[in-house]
Amino acid sequence: MSSARATSTPWLLVGPGALFFLALVILPLVLTVILSFHAFDHSTGIKNEFTLAHYAAVLSDDYYLGIFWRTLRLAALTTLICALIGAPEAYILSRMRDPWRSVFLLVIIGPLLVSVVVRAFGWSMLLGSAGLVNQALQALGFGPARLLYTETAIVIALVHVMLPFMVIPVWTALQKLDPAVEAAAWSLGASHFTALRRVVLPQVSLGMLSGSLIVFGLSASAFAIPGLLGGRRLKMAATLVYDEYMHELNWPLGATIAIIVLAANLLIMLAYNRVIETRARKALG
Amino acid sequence: MGFLTLEKLSKIYGDLAAVQDVDLAVDKGEFVSLLGPSGCGKTTTLQMIAGLVEPSAGTIRLDGRDITRQKPNHRGLGIVFQSYALFPHMTVAQNVSFGLEMRKVGKAERDERVKTMLGLVHLARFAERYPRQLSGGQRQRVAIARALVIQPPVLLLDEPLSNLDAKLREEMQFELRRIQQSVGTTTIMVTHDQAEALSISDRVVVMEQGRMTQIDAPYRLYESPATPFISSFVGKMNRLEGVWGKGAAEVAGVTLPTEAVGFTEGQAIALSIRPEKLALRPQGQGRLDGTILHRFFLGSYWLFTVATPAGAFSVSVPNDGDEPARQGAAVSLDWAPASLRVEALAVRGAAA
Repeated sequence: MSSARATSTPWLLVGPGALFFLALVILPLVLTVILSFHAFDHSTGIKNEFTLAHYAAVLSDDYYLGIFWRTLRLAALTTLICALIGAPEAYILSRMRDPWRSVFLLVIIGPLLVSVVVRAFGWSMLLGSAGLVNQALQALGFGPARLLYTETAIVIALVHVMLPFMVIPVWTALQKLDPAVEAAAWSLGASHFTALRRVVLPQVSLGMLSGSLIVFGLSASAFAIPGLLGGRRLKMAATLVYDEYMHELNWPLGATIAIIVLAANLLIMLAYNRVIETRARKALG
Repeated sequence: MGFLTLEKLSKIYGDLAAVQDVDLAVDKGEFVSLLGPSGCGKTTTLQMIAGLVEPSAGTIRLDGRDITRQKPNHRGLGIVFQSYALFPHMTVAQNVSFGLEMRKVGKAERDERVKTMLGLVHLARFAERYPRQLSGGQRQRVAIARALVIQPPVLLLDEPLSNLDAKLREEMQFELRRIQQSVGTTTIMVTHDQAEALSISDRVVVMEQGRMTQIDAPYRLYESPATPFISSFVGKMNRLEGVWGKGAAEVAGVTLPTEAVGFTEGQAIALSIRPEKLALRPQGQGRLDGTILHRFFLGSYWLFTVATPAGAFSVSVPNDGDEPARQGAAVSLDWAPASLRVEALAVRGAAA
């Protein structure tokens, strides 16, 4: 009796979570995959016929491939900028004393507390043709620059919201670092910069890599920011899927794009994770 | 003029003086320990020498050169940190080689020197291991090798043995001394463990509340401690308070024989004697009768607490193989009068 309960307890504990996962992630995903193989006709709608035509259409059309490439490029760029800003930021943060550390940590996490729509509109007000940034540029004697509805605007806003996802893993890695290790490097004749590069950086690289993974994944699937700051013409993968569903009403094609983006994202992140794990095994065991 | 000298060195945090007006001259090749309880300023002093903490005032000179404001990476001192601070992502050989790389030593010479140094600390077989694959004592030796391979003029050790277990600590302290003597590097060690400081140092500096209160050879420190604090911090000490009466020391009306002279009649005095300077005799054959209150067996010796009319005394007796007197037994204490120290008792408040 007791042994029977012992074996059923884990299942009971896992059950609710597993059901949720099944109903809210796996099921819609399976339905989307099935949908992507349905034929579609503009006059009659979705037909109950198996076809690979959507996949063929998406993968052979430069329009779609261009959007995929832009998605990849902007996500990678956002990740790179986040790493370049976030890692030093986390280092400075970890060297701060309370209460300043708590204050600045709140400032960094701040963007996450504001709705993505409000944040995006905030940026569009700043970056618009009569916005604060352009006013400043004109005051300095530069001509008005077109910022809104450009890739630049998308990357700026993405970096703004993604930064905490980079800072926090790096900061966590720095917390585990013995401050004496850096002092040891100095005592052996290393300059501040060399100590950072040779001693601190290798130990937080794991935090940076996992941070990049989160930032890349979220950027590549971002919807609101490219939708509001990229405008109607500058599409990214998520906005493209939305348009196929809501404007073209071509659900199977939308589903196809979604699945391709998911597969590509998964592939990139798994490959990246492999790199992380081999590195981790080498450096930290 | 010492090889490394500290002159009026101070570190003030707000209105707290962590280290105050410290003067010290260390000779070349000397092993000096900074001994004191936590918060006495010994680690701050070491960090100022290392360049990791900036002094508020005073001067640090190395070989006649003023290094007070020099950056730690230009001082060239070897430091062994309490946590060892090994580079976890580098192998033992890479850890030891790091300082030589920073000095732009060629690959061939570097390998050679790393090999020699690892041989000296008996770690030649572990060159390709990572620090996490080593035991505490091995990590410690890597830290020493890493600090010594750059041939520093001064080696600084910050509580180097405090993270090791008791048995290993004892082995490592002699090992440390062996390595230091074979290399001949001037060494300053910070420790709160008096046994460690006494056993391996040429000189011991005792620090109390930011000041150096005694700088002496270990046995002199032990035999003639300069302050009551040192007498109880370094080794065990029986301390009694009494008065000087009729040319002898009196405690609670009992006269205790000493060789001390020169106190005025009725003056308050403090008496102190080490437990091992006391001997147990059968009742009536010693200088002070008492009964055994407690008895502890500590392997190489027995420790007794003996109640006497003058107060309780700790007495340690070497273990000669036979069982000594039991708890409750009537005994008598005996000592050489010269070993009972007498000092004038500072009246509280009068000094301040």
